[in-house]
Amino acid sequence: MTRVRIPPTLRAAVGGEREVPASGATVGELLDDLTARFPGLEGQLQFANVYVDGEDIRTLDELETPVREGATVILLPAMAGG
Amino acid sequence: MATYRELLSQVKEEIDEIDAAEGVRLLDSDSGGALFLDVREQDEWDQGIIPGAVHIPRGNLESRVEGLVPDRERSIVVYCAGGSRSAFAAKTLTELGYENVVSLAGGFTDWKRNGFPTTLPRSLGAEQRSRYSRHLLIPEVGEEGQLRLLDSRILLIGAGGLGSPASLYLAAAGVGTLGIVDDDAVDATNLQRQIVHSTERLGEAKAESAKRTIEALNPDVTVKTFQERLTSENVDRILGEGWDVIVDGADNFPTRYLLNDASVWHGIPVVHGSIFRFEGQVTVLKPGDGPCYRCLFPQPPPPELAPSCAEGGVLGVLPGVIGSIQATEALKLALGIGEPLVGRLLLYDALSASFTEVTLRRDPGCPVCGDNPTITEYVDYVEFCAGPRAHA
Repeated sequence: MTRVRIPPTLRAAVGGEREVPASGATVGELLDDLTARFPGLEGQLQFANVYVDGEDIRTLDELETPVREGATVILLPAMAGG
Repeated sequence: MATYRELLSQVKEEIDEIDAAEGVRLLDSDSGGALFLDVREQDEWDQGIIPGAVHIPRGNLESRVEGLVPDRERSIVVYCAGGSRSAFAAKTLTELGYENVVSLAGGFTDWKRNGFPTTLPRSLGAEQRSRYSRHLLIPEVGEEGQLRLLDSRILLIGAGGLGSPASLYLAAAGVGTLGIVDDDAVDATNLQRQIVHSTERLGEAKAESAKRTIEALNPDVTVKTFQERLTSENVDRILGEGWDVIVDGADNFPTRYLLNDASVWHGIPVVHGSIFRFEGQVTVLKPGDGPCYRCLFPQPPPPELAPSCAEGGVLGVLPGVIGSIQATEALKLALGIGEPLVGRLLLYDALSASFTEVTLRRDPGCPVCGDNPTITEYVDYVEFCAGPRAHA
């Protein structure tokens, strides 16, 4: 189980939680697990950057990036407010 | 035992002297590169100096000169008021291993009598010394750093939630010129967080309101207001006025992407901040030295997934935290000190009271700052930020 940090704009889709557990050995599996359990996330995750232990998965192996036990996963979309 | 006169004439035999006419030739010569070293006391220095001179009072010469002039082969012209103190100073410098030292015979007095150029030194006035005393005590800032801040030009995009604390702290710190771009007017809903404005300013242009607050806070600061929304049409004119740092406190994606592209092309670092409810993001986007905003977020979320503070709300103090970090980063950039937030995105979550950092890297395939850019002129940012669906 990995805990995934959910940004404020996506929280409504996960019942208002700031962090939800998800399972998967890779980022792709993790996100699939999330969308399976929270269908409201469908179509929204593509706008969020995914960081595994502080590194952007685009600089790692994208959705194939392995997620070790206890890793910190952050979903982060751009925010406009100022 | 030698008298002062005997000692002085003995020293003058051991050193080289030049007269004012020879000195002014060294001052004018581009190739000469002679350093004029003023060894008088502070009050004498304050009243006028030879242009470009550096100052070490005679009493501090031995302890400070190596820090100021590490190159012992550097050609140095030492001067004082009349040529005596500088003679002793020249001897000391020779003993310290400086190889090309001359003393200006007749000193500053003779120089002025000849009508050669003088100038007033760059130093803080008595009021500034008092105002910035807590900066002067910090070795990383000091008088030189404070003068640098007074010479600095920082542009704020937005005088709203983030721009309020950022502009106040930058003004208090003595940043000499602040530009403020904002086309909005002060509204009652702003006052819960936009602390540069006030109840009596309701309805007033935000840029003007901020200018009044800043000028009341620190008369050293010149505020240049731009009562307009940043657009593809005006961005080159506004950025072209020459800014050392830009603080991005915009409240919408089209402005943020426009500012990004413009700042990359103008080569100006942007201190980015954004906020929503209890959370904020800060980073420094420094062209040529890290990612740009498009490397970080190639596409903005569609509007329905990116509510603004007006739509989703924000804790009033949150921009205080994020805007203050932006001001800190802007000051560090202006001073050239510390480790700026380049290549790092700092995330703040007020509810959990935690800071998290993620790594950002420049994307070699970035359409704007990448190796083969595909976007080389301004696009329609409103359409770009409306998302692909706008084309359908």
